[in-house]
Amino acid sequence: MELTLWTYEGPPHVGAMRIASSMKDIHYVLHAPQGDTYADLLFTMIERRGQRPPVTYTTFQARDLGGDTAELVKKNIKEAVERFKPKTLLVGESCTAELIQDQPGALAKGMGFDMPIVNLELPAYSKKENWGASETFYQLTRTLLKEKVSSSDKISPLRWRELGRRPKVNILGPSLLGFRCRDDVIEIQRILSEQGIDTNVVAPLGASPDDIERLIDAEINICLYQEIAEASCEWLKRNFGMEYTNTIPIGIKNTIEFINEVHEKLDLPLTNKEELENKSKLPWYSKSVDSNYLTGKRVFIFGDGTHAIAAAKIAKEELGFEVVGLGTYSREMARQVRATAKDLNVEALITNNYLEVEDAMKKASPELVLGTQMERHSAKRLGIPCSVISTPMHVQDVPARYSPQMGWEGANVIFDDWVHPLMMGLEEHLIDMFKHDFEFVDGHQSHLGHTSTNTNNILNSDEKKENNPKEGIIWTESGRAELTKVPFFVRGKVKTNTEKYAILRGIPEISDETLYDAKAYFS
Amino acid sequence: MSKVEFNKETGPREVFCGLTSIVWLHRRMPDAFFLVVGSRTCAHLIQSAAGVMIFAEPRFGTAILEEKDLAGLADAHEELDRVVNDLIARRPEIKTLFLVGSCPSEVIKLDLATVAEKLNKRFLGQVRFVNYSGSGIETTFTQGEDGALKALIPLMESSNEEKLLLVGTLANNVEDRFKKIFRNLGISNIESFPPRQSTELPKIGKNTKVLLTQPYLSDTVRDLKHRGCEIISAPFPLGIEGSTKWFLAAAKAFKISEHKVHEIISPLINRAKLALDSHKEILKGKRLFLLPESQLEISLARFLHNECEMDLIEVGTPYLNKDLMKEEINLLPDNTKIVEGQHVEKQLDRVRESNPDLVVCGMGLANPLEAEGISTKWSIEMVFSPIHGIDQAADLAGLFSKPLKRNQILTSKTLVMH
Repeated sequence: MELTLWTYEGPPHVGAMRIASSMKDIHYVLHAPQGDTYADLLFTMIERRGQRPPVTYTTFQARDLGGDTAELVKKNIKEAVERFKPKTLLVGESCTAELIQDQPGALAKGMGFDMPIVNLELPAYSKKENWGASETFYQLTRTLLKEKVSSSDKISPLRWRELGRRPKVNILGPSLLGFRCRDDVIEIQRILSEQGIDTNVVAPLGASPDDIERLIDAEINICLYQEIAEASCEWLKRNFGMEYTNTIPIGIKNTIEFINEVHEKLDLPLTNKEELENKSKLPWYSKSVDSNYLTGKRVFIFGDGTHAIAAAKIAKEELGFEVVGLGTYSREMARQVRATAKDLNVEALITNNYLEVEDAMKKASPELVLGTQMERHSAKRLGIPCSVISTPMHVQDVPARYSPQMGWEGANVIFDDWVHPLMMGLEEHLIDMFKHDFEFVDGHQSHLGHTSTNTNNILNSDEKKENNPKEGIIWTESGRAELTKVPFFVRGKVKTNTEKYAILRGIPEISDETLYDAKAYFS
Repeated sequence: MSKVEFNKETGPREVFCGLTSIVWLHRRMPDAFFLVVGSRTCAHLIQSAAGVMIFAEPRFGTAILEEKDLAGLADAHEELDRVVNDLIARRPEIKTLFLVGSCPSEVIKLDLATVAEKLNKRFLGQVRFVNYSGSGIETTFTQGEDGALKALIPLMESSNEEKLLLVGTLANNVEDRFKKIFRNLGISNIESFPPRQSTELPKIGKNTKVLLTQPYLSDTVRDLKHRGCEIISAPFPLGIEGSTKWFLAAAKAFKISEHKVHEIISPLINRAKLALDSHKEILKGKRLFLLPESQLEISLARFLHNECEMDLIEVGTPYLNKDLMKEEINLLPDNTKIVEGQHVEKQLDRVRESNPDLVVCGMGLANPLEAEGISTKWSIEMVFSPIHGIDQAADLAGLFSKPLKRNQILTSKTLVMH
């Protein structure tokens, strides 16, 4: 038993939902009790999706447990297939259903459907969300392609030459609730296409089961997020000989390295090597004099494996920061994170406990934190600026504008997102120079180390004003008490409105009733 | 009883489970901690519903069951002991610890009552332990509060003192308003359950007159009756009409004249009507479909029809206690269609067919319906906002008029480009 106040990853079936919701023509029947539908809101609220996740929850109740829950599963499968007519059906169970062992996957397979059925066994008491997503994508790929294994020769990465066409690749790993996947895919496709390389299939994001069956039309796979796609890439390599890339194209150096790797694998000559350095503004912005103040800024990094490792490289080599902490919640990627940490002479923090991360952050006393939404909150409490680089995320991490993390534009986005929370160099200089002048307004500090608005200050300033009442109006004790109950962010407005109302009506004393009279009057 | 149409439906549901009620219960009682004994799913559910990250360290958490806990129950009990010890060492200010059962803990039959009993002996005088189930196989959303309150009743001492007991979590400012109005009516001994401190439980007995503030407390009501309390039958204090009848019912129980009630609350009613007008203008004649979730649906339907003149297409509720809801159902217009339970797909078919102006639904369904061109109001906001009482009637209406008003703004052309 593990005491958890907050968790970086959900259960594995939420990972399966991420794959199902990312794709088209798929439906997922999940044997689960009521309440597990909460996971829908991750997609409809955080991702602002205009469609419900393609998931049917069997919604078993305590009274069903004595009876035949297997019949309930079959009924739900039948209804879901009739209603949604999926091309492929995923069947699985959440934590509670795992305990009652109805084996919904086996039940579905015995129902005589002709569509492919993927039986998902995702151990809820030992595994987590990213593992569940990876396993689901792998099982789906395997189910849809296993019949083609024996009939196919190994795919040569050089096949495009014999076929007399441009090389084709698959981009594997982008999914819903992944960090900026939507835009990374566009950026990577743009980069590949500029190099004369076509995208065969992007999956799971936007792919249908038909697209999965077409994966083997490409020469190689781009493994864009190891957490989700490595298992599938490895299976495609083993069974079809498809090579896959290892470099994650986040940051300038890694993007160039990635382009090199793709060219080497395809045996395609790289003709525009010199141009690549200038595709992004990051190298020049980082070199420009204003960036001198970035030198040696202490940065603490925590996130999923892919983004944490990439962030460490950019911070150290491309922005000239000093990495004072590096860690991940992805146990699956602990080895790689440890290796990177060792190169940076820091100890890797591998944990799922955000309080441990906060403690490490405190001890490292960084000037900038790069983390998940949770580190943003911890950093805010500690008064340290933060930029979010990884899931778990919040609605604000799904911006309306184009803002990838990968490729050239990704590097531009990263420069802005990491540097703006720090103060611009010149501004810092000026504040330092003028801080003793009497014109300098107290509180006009930098945006460095801003803590959130202090409720006590507002109360105090309210009190100050109350000693100085407008046009002789007095706040009675009950009025004042009522005012303190109003949320602080609207308290100022309520106070002004009530006083305005009192003046209008010639009321000399403001009681709690006056407050409500005014509220009704202005509503 | 007015002639309403009762229907039952079963099938896949799109509702929260009872664990979700921890989100407001822990705020009500800041000296209590809620420890869910469950899975990663439970932890993920609560943090997703509560926006947990804003807390430095929340007063709720999950003891996540792992494979080895499933292998042997004896070990699971020991493990839970260890987790509780760690927790109390870390949070010495905790006075009451709720052990909250979940779907997996219920299925493996983890006996939280026995665990609580043992812990009560060990931490005697320091921390009190109570247990209840918030599992999805037994409870929906607000029923979690019913379970938590029911679990506290055995700890309440007996007293024959005459008092008015307000039962159900209220926003603190609303509670203060209610108490003030009752004092003005001449009822001086008023207490609330749950109290603001978990250790300050009200004493109850045969002269305790219970006035419910929330409609989802069936089990709590039953146990309070067993303790001799008198349950005042009334509609719920949502909107002007519900609140007025609620005050009148309480006054009657304390033999206070109707005249006195009207004298005290008429000014409140007058200003509330004034405030309600602008919302009514928007809501009037609009067609409303309520999906089941909070059990507040019937009271909301009554308010939105009777006071805001909305038309009711369907009123969904996860669970219907006809006895508790009697007064509310009597106030509904004839032929109101009430549907208890849910088959979410069939219900959404009916939503689309009936082309409503506004749908009240859970957060999982809101954006998908908006994307289909149907305005929505998420139901979870009703349990987080101060909506009770006469003074809040306009705010309550505002929750429903806002999405319609916004839709109107976004679809109208008001500025000419020069």
